[in-house]
Amino acid sequence: MSSTFDTIANIIAETCDIPRDSITPDSHAINDLGIDSLDFLDIAFAIDKAFGIKLPLEQWTQEVNDGKATTDQYFVLKNLSARIDELVAAKGA
Amino acid sequence: MRIEYFQLIDRIVDLNLADRKISSEATVPAASTIFEGHFPGYPLMPGVLLIEAMAQTSGWLVVAMNRFQRMPFLAAVKEAKLRTFVKPGELLSIEARLEHDGSGYAIVEAKISSEGKLICDATLTLRVLDFPNPEMEQQMRELAARIGLKVEAPADG
Repeated sequence: MSSTFDTIANIIAETCDIPRDSITPDSHAINDLGIDSLDFLDIAFAIDKAFGIKLPLEQWTQEVNDGKATTDQYFVLKNLSARIDELVAAKGA
Repeated sequence: MRIEYFQLIDRIVDLNLADRKISSEATVPAASTIFEGHFPGYPLMPGVLLIEAMAQTSGWLVVAMNRFQRMPFLAAVKEAKLRTFVKPGELLSIEARLEHDGSGYAIVEAKISSEGKLICDATLTLRVLDFPNPEMEQQMRELAARIGLKVEAPADG
């Protein structure tokens, strides 16, 4: 069974045509991989489907805009993986 | 269909929130300046307007689902297939089904048929945002009433 990071890295590679081996847990989806907000919707859709969750993109964006969070917390892939694991755990709770 | 105003939907035929589906109808006008250019001597409904008709029907579905709390805007068109020509005067049946209700976006499968024959289909991504201003929301509410979209008030008011 692949890890959460592997699943989202594969989704990003396939959705955005980015070489899989250039995607690491420390990659920032926006700053390092150059994924824009529209492409990220495709990624979010694929993640939502793969994990049976709803990524709270609007809440995250609001928190970043309000200075309550940094983009690193949500868009560095190891952090995104952790957020997804939390959402999956909350769904099963 | 008020084609020059980009108001492409004549009426909502059915809205099923439980199944997350909507159907609408629109009659392509018999005459329009658009047909003078598209194409001279062979008038055809432009394919981009067929996609717009699917987007508008999809948008009404999203508006109904969120009870006029937010406004959908077309963001992406995928797997669009324009399968046959549409001529002036044709009655179009447009259907849309919400595939995914995401955070700030929606994915919708839409299609148009005429006399039972599939004309086009596409997967659409809509960004779902706050209404930019109260005037737009009011205009959209009036347009919804005109085409027969019945939207329940939110449960909390």
